[in-house]
Amino acid sequence: MKLPTLPKPPLPKRFQEKPDRPGAAPKPTKLEQVREGGITAADWLDERASLSGGLRWMMFRKVPKGTNWFYTLGSATMFAFVSQAITGVFLAMYYTPSATQAYESARHITNDVFLGEFVRGMHKWGSTVMVILIFLHMARTFFFGAYKYPRELQWIIGVVLVILTFVMSLTGYLLPFDQRSYWATIVAANINGTGPFVGPFLSDFLRGGGDFGATTLSRFYAIHMMLVPGLIAALIGAHLYLVARLGTTAPPWLRADVDEKLREEQV
Amino acid sequence: MNQREKEEYLREYALLKAKGKPFFPYAVAKDAIMMAFVMVVIITMSIVLGAELGPKADPTTTTYVPRPEWYFFFLFELLRVIKPPELVPFATIGVPTICMILLFLLPFIDRGPERRPERRPIATIAGILIIFSMGYLTYLGAAAGSPNSIEMEVAPEYEKGKVVVAQSGCLACHKIGENGGDLGPHLTEIGAVLDKGAIRRTLDNPTAPMPSFAGLPEEKKAAMVDFLASLKGEDEGRIQNDSGEEG
Repeated sequence: MKLPTLPKPPLPKRFQEKPDRPGAAPKPTKLEQVREGGITAADWLDERASLSGGLRWMMFRKVPKGTNWFYTLGSATMFAFVSQAITGVFLAMYYTPSATQAYESARHITNDVFLGEFVRGMHKWGSTVMVILIFLHMARTFFFGAYKYPRELQWIIGVVLVILTFVMSLTGYLLPFDQRSYWATIVAANINGTGPFVGPFLSDFLRGGGDFGATTLSRFYAIHMMLVPGLIAALIGAHLYLVARLGTTAPPWLRADVDEKLREEQV
Repeated sequence: MNQREKEEYLREYALLKAKGKPFFPYAVAKDAIMMAFVMVVIITMSIVLGAELGPKADPTTTTYVPRPEWYFFFLFELLRVIKPPELVPFATIGVPTICMILLFLLPFIDRGPERRPERRPIATIAGILIIFSMGYLTYLGAAAGSPNSIEMEVAPEYEKGKVVVAQSGCLACHKIGENGGDLGPHLTEIGAVLDKGAIRRTLDNPTAPMPSFAGLPEEKKAAMVDFLASLKGEDEGRIQNDSGEEG
């Protein structure tokens, strides 16, 4: 037996879909609404921070023609630094910078922590890769004469970055606190001590006293973790700003062909 | 570079730049491929080579000869190449400092407008020479092998002394046969110069940079003294060996 169905109650007027106004634009689809939302969010940010100009200036600047694979060495070095920073953060979660516990925590990272040895290996070999890349980048700049006017300042910042990379390597070498790192660091501090005038003060500063002691490790750790990475990041920023402002060099053998007509007119 | 050359360069560069492609996405794509390659290399090295942790640091050992990270080898070798002690600070501090200052000043030293490597012979040759000498010194440092082994044929009774000497880090400064450094006197023929008593006195009470071995257990020290006293130069050593076999 079929029950009679009641007709649905009529929707109140304010909930009823309104008919399109004649001549109005068609309603936006879901995709268009999402896109509109994105644009609104970007606009909201841009209205307050005005980032889009800088971003456009950075990303859509032109790179001279003839740019080849040698020109990727700089960004590859930066990438190696970022990789070092990320793996370093994970290592710092488990590492204890004290002379009595450093070795144990390094052993704990290597043997017990999930993927610990892998991340420590990435950090260890990443430093080698970064040193190689920074040297290759430097060699490219040197042989292409890219340090010349107007890019002298970029070169100077780059040399500071090379030195800071070596400081990172030196201070990081001690942190596992095994025989190798301990004795190599003693030698490094002694070598600094042989320098004229400032040498003894420098090695005392590094060791945190006249002898290698408990403060040495925490001092190296602080330099390795906070001081130098901050400096490197800031200087990479300055280096990149100059790259964007002055443009990457064209390969030195490239000449802009002057318009033939123009040349004839000049003659 | 004078003002005219500077302006010429800027004009030339502006033309080349105008003909180029935008950084995004063309250069970014190349950079990204290179970054991915670097990532793969780091991960592969980490998996294949691992992160070996040596024995715990022990400040009381006198037997450990440190070796730096490989990219410091060239500095390390420089120390071996430069022998006179008064020049050691020059090798350790002087050369790196001079190199750094030269690097900083490079754009102010080389101000010529020419950028093509083949037209800048001095800079290019200097660069190649520096790279080769650094590479060669690094190779020497790597090939020097572990500073804790002596590759020398000795009579079996001196074998123990040889091991003690090798483990005591003598080779960091002294040369025995083909191994060891040049900071201190060579010991290859020390037995012909000093007798056992003198060697023992030197070990207990050495001159300044050498550490004292007075704390070494008597058994080890005796083996060490015997081995060192047996070092009388190549030929005599061989004669001794021969006579030893006959007897």
